[in-house]
Amino acid sequence: MTDQTLEVTDQILARFPDFVVADTRKSFEGYIVQVENLIEFATALRDEMGYDYLSSVTGVDYLPNEQMEVVYHAYRSTGGGALVFKVQVPRDNPVVPSLVSLYPGADFQEREAWDLLGIRFEGHPNLKRILMWEGFAGHPLRKDWREAYYEEDGKPFGSRWPGGQVYRVEDKNPFGKNVDYPAGFAPETWIPEAEAAVYAGVGKVEHPNGDGLDTEEIVVNLGPQHPSTHGVFRVVVRLDGETITALEPVMGYLHRNHEKIGERNTYLMNFPFTDRLDYLSSMSNNWGYAMAVEKLMGKKANPPERAEYIRVIMAELTRICNHLWAIGFLLNDLGAFFTPSLYAIKERELILDLFEATAGSRMMCNYFRFGGVVRDFPPGVLDEIKKLVYDRLPRKINELDVYLTNNEIVRSRCEDVGVLTPEDAIAYSACGPVLRASGVPYDVRRADPYGIYERFDFDVAVRYHGDVYDRYLIRLDEIRESLKILQQAVKDIPEGDIIAGRPAYQVRVPEGEAYGRVEGPKGELGFYVVSNGKPQPWRYHIRAPSFINLTAMEKMCLGQKVADVVVVLGSIDIVLGETDR
Amino acid sequence: MYGKGIWEGLKVTLKHFIMSYVDDFRFGKKRYYNEEGIKHRSSAQTEGIFTVQYPEEKLITPEEFRFIPFLIYEEGEDGTQQDRCTSCGICAKVCPPQCIWIVQTNDPETGRPIPEPQEFFIDVDICMNCGLCAEYCPFDAIKMDHDFELSVYNRHENNIFNKARLDKPVSYYANIRPRNYEAEEAIRREKEAKKAARRSG
Repeated sequence: MTDQTLEVTDQILARFPDFVVADTRKSFEGYIVQVENLIEFATALRDEMGYDYLSSVTGVDYLPNEQMEVVYHAYRSTGGGALVFKVQVPRDNPVVPSLVSLYPGADFQEREAWDLLGIRFEGHPNLKRILMWEGFAGHPLRKDWREAYYEEDGKPFGSRWPGGQVYRVEDKNPFGKNVDYPAGFAPETWIPEAEAAVYAGVGKVEHPNGDGLDTEEIVVNLGPQHPSTHGVFRVVVRLDGETITALEPVMGYLHRNHEKIGERNTYLMNFPFTDRLDYLSSMSNNWGYAMAVEKLMGKKANPPERAEYIRVIMAELTRICNHLWAIGFLLNDLGAFFTPSLYAIKERELILDLFEATAGSRMMCNYFRFGGVVRDFPPGVLDEIKKLVYDRLPRKINELDVYLTNNEIVRSRCEDVGVLTPEDAIAYSACGPVLRASGVPYDVRRADPYGIYERFDFDVAVRYHGDVYDRYLIRLDEIRESLKILQQAVKDIPEGDIIAGRPAYQVRVPEGEAYGRVEGPKGELGFYVVSNGKPQPWRYHIRAPSFINLTAMEKMCLGQKVADVVVVLGSIDIVLGETDR
Repeated sequence: MYGKGIWEGLKVTLKHFIMSYVDDFRFGKKRYYNEEGIKHRSSAQTEGIFTVQYPEEKLITPEEFRFIPFLIYEEGEDGTQQDRCTSCGICAKVCPPQCIWIVQTNDPETGRPIPEPQEFFIDVDICMNCGLCAEYCPFDAIKMDHDFELSVYNRHENNIFNKARLDKPVSYYANIRPRNYEAEEAIRREKEAKKAARRSG
């Protein structure tokens, strides 16, 4: 991989001597591209060098330098390390050309960067707020923006100790006084522009076959309060009869600005917050974050052998939990009311019991630390895991397979519904089971290995039709592969320490940037962390797989019937805690 | 044959239905409303009913289960209470949602802090049960509780716990976390033995 990277470095610097320079800041990687030439650079990257998968787009506010930086992480869909490139623009007028025409997967991420950081992407087809609402003042991730409950720039707050003056935040900042509106904004008379644009599509249109019938397209809101949106999530669809002609996911109802909270927190404090992103798979979230910061901390944070095994065991058990949940609730969305989901949840419950016995909580595990994990398995837990992975789970997965896979109703509702071609899957930056069900065998555990995954014998599950049925089947396949990994891991796990060095509540993280990505159950989960040597991260960004997989949702749904939206959404498998952050 | 898949599936549900009775029968004893039965019903061997009839039945909480911190005091033989907490403030510094407030005690004459808390507050509405305070407390003075039934009618009046509400005796801790307690006591004894050896030697 190093040779390949070197080769690429020479190639890029030789190819673009005028407007690309290597990023020479200490512990930073990649290239800085002149903003005028970004499109040219990205085109060459995609078409000539094979970096066809734009994984992450985000911004960083370098307030002291009066600069905004947009950071892109691109990969080859055949595997390998990241190619990082950045553009720098002045902070008072940050304008960057949009890459949506080249990489459609940048769509939501650029909107997010506009929303939270105020970076304007020129040429973006639909640049409006995505997580915040239109009546929101300012761009909250800017370093000089302060929340209503602002106390200090970084935790721990001085008012807690030694002279703790206890107070309740809602007394200090009562409801109604905790909101700022933009200048000239009147909430009572406001008509949302974005809504108007969505509904502008409603109107009489000539029926294409010209039979003289007076027909019109209608707009239907699915959600935000809808049992099948798996949370508070809204899908606006335009319908011709029952056929979908346009679709737009609307999100942010559960937004809490996780990233701002993360930048106020010290490094350690972020662990319990990452649990609450994708709250069905907290162990994987922990790992992604731990990995990014461990990269910055360097060698002294390398986890000992036993900790590596524990991490793999926990992450794979989490994957099984998540996929069981996804399968169960996909069936719920199909109308099989709760019998399949309860069968799936029963097995998940046994795994959660083990999480509770080890980490202390069933879902909010908070189990990883920099350089290891919190505690070793208590006596008996490893034996229980063995019973599950050797005996019970394989049996139960087969039972689920018999129960559902050949069911005629499942097949007729799922086959050829919500098809995503491999080209589209890559272009839209789809990840995880969605990408692999479309015939792209891309799995971070193999494409860019981390932890000790290289030691295990397992296959990257892949299916080729790209429809809902394949996205269901691939989850069964992945559970089986996870069981394979687990069977090897519980057999080989050595004795030893579970954390590098002494556990410390203050960690020193040297200056620099790092991007840690893991193959979470929902796809590539990336954490981008910038440190300036302070106890709190300067920038803390999450590449959330549920969020980015939704970019391809319109593509999957166009031309389908409205009843299939719910099924397609169920097959993408989103969690709103992570989508809205 | 169309419908074969559905039929195969129905056989699975039928099996689940029958097995829930067979499992009861196989267990041989009363499987409900007793600890042994609950344990069996949530083990890897079970085929039948998983659910627990809360609140009549409660799941057995494992030792590491964590919910809302409490403070430990040592009980003297004459009934005196000695706080383990020295108000060093590490728990307040490490708390992610910053829900711990500590007031240090100052010596009334010298004005210098003395190592015991005057007051100790936890806003349990904000506490996220992460357990970092207990993890990093150097004096084993704050630990995570097992009591999860904390619903009240008025959270504004009840949900900021003060020191009196948080204090629990060390025997309570030894009772809910016997393995951890033993391990910590062993370390303490070892340290004391070393100290004694140094003093005499």
